[in-house]
Amino acid sequence: MSDIICIEGLSKSYADGANVLSDVNLNVKDGEIFALLGPNGAGKTTLISIICGIVRASSGTIMVDGHDYVKDYRWTRDLIGLVPQEIALDSFETVMRTCRLSRGLFGRRKDDALIEDILDKLSLIDKRDSQLRELSGGMKRRVMIAKALSHEPKILFLDEPTAGVDVELRKDMWRLVLALKERGVTIILTTHYIEEAEAMADRVGVISKGKLALVEEKESLLRRLGKKTLRIELQKPVAVLPTVLEPFNLDVEDNGSTFLYTYDKNANRTGITKLLSELSSTGLILKDLQTQQTSLEDIFIDMIQKENS
Amino acid sequence: MSYHAIKAIYIYEMTRFFRTIFQSLFSPVLSTSLYFVVFGTAIGSRMQEIDGVSYGAFIVPGLIMLTVMTQATSNASFGIYFPKFSGTIYELLSSPISFVEIVSGYVGAAATKSLLIGCIIMLTSTLFVPLQIAHPLVMVLFLCLTCFSFALMGFIIGIWAKNFEQLQLIPLLIVTPMVFLGGSFYSISMLPPIWQKITLFNPVVYLISGFRWSFFDTADVPVGSSLMAIFAFTVLCIVVIWWIFRTGWRIRL
Ligand SMILES: Nc1ncnc2c1ncn2[C@@H]1O[C@H](COP(=O)(O)OP(=O)(O)OP(=O)(O)O)[C@@H](O)[C@H]1O
Ligand SMILES: [Mg+2]
Repeated sequence: MSDIICIEGLSKSYADGANVLSDVNLNVKDGEIFALLGPNGAGKTTLISIICGIVRASSGTIMVDGHDYVKDYRWTRDLIGLVPQEIALDSFETVMRTCRLSRGLFGRRKDDALIEDILDKLSLIDKRDSQLRELSGGMKRRVMIAKALSHEPKILFLDEPTAGVDVELRKDMWRLVLALKERGVTIILTTHYIEEAEAMADRVGVISKGKLALVEEKESLLRRLGKKTLRIELQKPVAVLPTVLEPFNLDVEDNGSTFLYTYDKNANRTGITKLLSELSSTGLILKDLQTQQTSLEDIFIDMIQKENS
Repeated sequence: MSYHAIKAIYIYEMTRFFRTIFQSLFSPVLSTSLYFVVFGTAIGSRMQEIDGVSYGAFIVPGLIMLTVMTQATSNASFGIYFPKFSGTIYELLSSPISFVEIVSGYVGAAATKSLLIGCIIMLTSTLFVPLQIAHPLVMVLFLCLTCFSFALMGFIIGIWAKNFEQLQLIPLLIVTPMVFLGGSFYSISMLPPIWQKITLFNPVVYLISGFRWSFFDTADVPVGSSLMAIFAFTVLCIVVIWWIFRTGWRIRL
């Protein structure tokens, strides 16, 4: 796959002088879903705003589809759709008219059928003629998405697209994003819902304090940093942990009726066999065994903690 | 240049105008009618003719200019300030257009609105005073250029303003006094000699004088200098706007 966005040496400091982004290098592949994660204030929105032409970089170059984003801004911006983090809408306009404006701004011919189709997919069609101030917060956020889709972008930036959207609609949105990917749209999204990145992303980038801390395939990231937890439920709770089990650093839950054992599944020896044989030597009767994969969220929190310490 | 983008902005702005057409037209028409009643009819009947024109008719061009200048300025400044305020400017900044399209759309719409209001006031004035237009083409040229250049200035104010107070500040503190002191209601020859000199530094004097010339064939300053003034003002505004977009001043962070 070729790269559709190439960012080199990108730095940004706002008027107050603080460095918000420092030397970011990132390539986004054509047609992938790239998830940008990072704590509040890490610089995700700033990075996106620079690529889209809202904020000016202090230094660095960005090529979009082989074109310089400053010199050939008409070419590069023509490809890009943006759903910003903040909802910004003209309250007295109608859903339909604000989408028409988006289409017009990007030089596209008027096409109400296409806009209606998008509104339909976002379950907004019965609101097409409502004023924006009459919509709920979640609906407004979907209007922001509809506006971006109205001009048929090839690259779509979604800055926390599902903040404030209920669970069911969030799933709908994931389906929509995956459908866009099917059609060849490259998607870059930021989110604080890690399950969102897990559900959709091909690759994940973690940004922290303006530095790109890591870029990796989601799968390999999960594998590489993937800790698993073995959950052992007992028939009867125990008051004190048997001494033979002490070396395993078990977490005890549910008043002593559940033990949690954390291990690295990629390690040579996971220690599971030893644990189980020690367990049977204690004579405790097991009710159930489960293993759980560590989520990106755990990995992410882990990384940030390491960085801070 | 993206013709579609200009059209989209223009239509969007104009629909807002037509959505509130009643307020948009009613207040300027009402306030000018009041001027006519008070200055034209009540006081005007006691005033002598100025350069052979009845006072009621004499103030018409000035009143049209007064309204058109304030309307063009406020419409354009609000038009571009509002997206900044509400955050919807992100879309203008991220779309594949340059300042040419943005300015054409917003300034075009604001100029059109003020032109419409100007025409309606001119029609209203015929209810109060008999009006003749000596040089219709020049009149239209002055009217259009004034709408356009003051819309440009309004656009600059809208970009410059950081809050609603600042948005009102320039029109209130500069435009209104300049227009009132620019000979809307009197001929500058009625002023003491020293003030006649000072007044010549007020650019609005040239616009009102030229505009009035197109109606009554009499002017305070030569028509040529009036035309020069309006062209110079337009060019100045365009240069400032060009610089704003070059540097991203108060738009791109
Ligand atoms: N207009 C601005 N002027 C000055 N500083 C700013 C501006 N916008 C953002 N910043 C600063 O830049 C840093 C990065 O902000 P940014 O919005 O990019 O973070 P983020 O990763 O998107 O965070 P979040 O997850 O909260 O959305 C923050 O420290 C913020 O205070
Ligand atoms: Mg953000």
